[in-house]
Amino acid sequence: MSENIKLMQGNEAIAEGAMIAGCDFFAGYPITPSSEVSEILAARLTKKGHIVIQMEDEIAALGAVLGAALGGAKALTATSGPGMSLKSEHIGYASMCEIPCVIVNVMRGGPSTGNPTLPSQADIMQAKWGTHGDHAIIAITPSSVNESFYETIRALNLAVKYRTPVLILTDEIIGHMREKVIIPEKDTLEIIDVKLPDVPPSEYKPYNYKSGKVTPLAPMGEGYRYHVTGLSHGETGFPSAKMEVIQDAQNWLIDKIYNNIKDIEKYEETMTEDADILIVAYGSVSRSAKAALSMARAAGIKAGLFRPITIWPFPEERIKELSKKIKKILVPEMNMGQIILEVQRAACNNIVKGLNIVSGEPITPDKIYLKIKEMM
Amino acid sequence: MPKTTIKFDYDKYLRKDTLPHIWCPGCGDGIILKSLLRAIDKLQYKKDDVVITSGIGCASRLPGYVDFNTIHTTHGRALTFAIGIKMYKPRLKVITVSGDGDALAIGGNHFIHAARRNIDMTLIVFNNYTYGMTGGQSSPTQPYGSHATTTPYGSVEPPFDTCELAKAAGATWVARSTSYHAVQLEKLIADALTHKGFSVLEVITNCHISYGRRNKMKSPVEMIKYQKEKAVPNRSAVNMTPEELTGRFKTGLIYEKKDSLEFVEETYKQLELIKQ
Repeated sequence: MSENIKLMQGNEAIAEGAMIAGCDFFAGYPITPSSEVSEILAARLTKKGHIVIQMEDEIAALGAVLGAALGGAKALTATSGPGMSLKSEHIGYASMCEIPCVIVNVMRGGPSTGNPTLPSQADIMQAKWGTHGDHAIIAITPSSVNESFYETIRALNLAVKYRTPVLILTDEIIGHMREKVIIPEKDTLEIIDVKLPDVPPSEYKPYNYKSGKVTPLAPMGEGYRYHVTGLSHGETGFPSAKMEVIQDAQNWLIDKIYNNIKDIEKYEETMTEDADILIVAYGSVSRSAKAALSMARAAGIKAGLFRPITIWPFPEERIKELSKKIKKILVPEMNMGQIILEVQRAACNNIVKGLNIVSGEPITPDKIYLKIKEMM
Repeated sequence: MPKTTIKFDYDKYLRKDTLPHIWCPGCGDGIILKSLLRAIDKLQYKKDDVVITSGIGCASRLPGYVDFNTIHTTHGRALTFAIGIKMYKPRLKVITVSGDGDALAIGGNHFIHAARRNIDMTLIVFNNYTYGMTGGQSSPTQPYGSHATTTPYGSVEPPFDTCELAKAAGATWVARSTSYHAVQLEKLIADALTHKGFSVLEVITNCHISYGRRNKMKSPVEMIKYQKEKAVPNRSAVNMTPEELTGRFKTGLIYEKKDSLEFVEETYKQLELIKQ
């Protein structure tokens, strides 16, 4: 067993997770604090015979990923805030054209160049709304190195299954900290591979949304000749300006995610059963929240922790349920208050307060504990 | 060279249910589309093996009409998708079609880097000197002094020379033709596709609607005449003075470098060496 336990950095765990999940194409552009993902894959994924390419800019990196994905690749790219801003264009394209891909954002402060070497959680709303137009997105916020590994595998699976861009939002703390990862045998993992459609080319509709199921994206060059466009398109993939087609296609982009929310959402609850106050925290902050929870319990305060692992779609139904019996909610975040907006919406009758630190200083357990005491 | 027959069966390559196309009557883009289809046919490429990517603009609507693997991407980024799929599946024949604004303004960075890598793909730049789809704004190839909606008093910017830029950036096959020279165009497209490395073919095409009517060429006929009169075969141009070449453009093969290092081949050679 011991040989399967490795000490590694969060960014390395993402690279390892991607490799075990069958990622076979990576394109990136250097940016702190995510560059290790590129560097490790450049050294390692290539040894498996797969392409790792450094493109001329962030936009090109995601463009190359999408080109490869249309060829059938399980493709990944990694970046940070300023790169996410640039990639927004192609995240929209991937949503619209339903091309599977995974984008890792090791969050740092902003706006603009911000604080390249300091942690942040300020891209949570950007992850959901960064690209123009309505669309649904899947975003995942791991809180440990081990979870970075497993959630990267899940991200690649979800991308293929729902033909959608999936974002992994870690932060500089998770990306650069070192912890143990238990590397499993590959055959113990659920891996969703790219498949050929189960219909012959003559019957293939690349956007067969009227079936209510996600149609596999046929790898190009295998006999399924079809058209991909960022223009509004119907089931055949060709542009359409028909209003009912535009409406149906738009509904589908949202529905295919939200109708499968039970499969996509993932969260962890700690001591929520008898809690009087709930902390909602994700990513590295949830680690401090867990410690604060122990401090509060030791002081006789019944605190509980709700930790979204899938941050988008936001698990609002569960928050709604919890808010019926827990009246006070604290949302500590390394931003000026982003996911708190979702919590307030789901728990509209509760007292919901934020603890927001954006100086680049991690939110420590004692700060969360003091805020709990203040609220009680 | 075999004579081009007008009886060529375009239907076998067209997605007829996507027609009519969006191009204005008299536009040169259809001539380029047909030349491309004849060239592909001449090379006997299998439809399943051809990928065409494009960006945004009039020229970039071409892929929708032809029965290959087609990707109408974002503005200026068609080459990035092309690089991705070519690197992932090198057996595919990857062609990018792009306009002058798409390839040289918003996509300029991707253009020079694709050329620098000398990746085995073909880029066809439909140069109509303007942003036709958005109504005739200034383009990076717009001739000095000419008029656009955003340069109503004449452009005071020097234009890019697409071919010189491609050559300087590292492309190993560079040529220019026009929508008037349809026979030459077909041959050059076939040569571009068979060249190993990054081939760039600029095609001067006519947009009388957005460019011509603001520049004393109201009809497609006038624009086609302009192409015929201003074109100088590259082999003749060597004997001409810069003054004689002013306001004209060279056509035919401009530059070719054989046996250069090619990106896909170099990459896979290295992957083979380091494979575990």
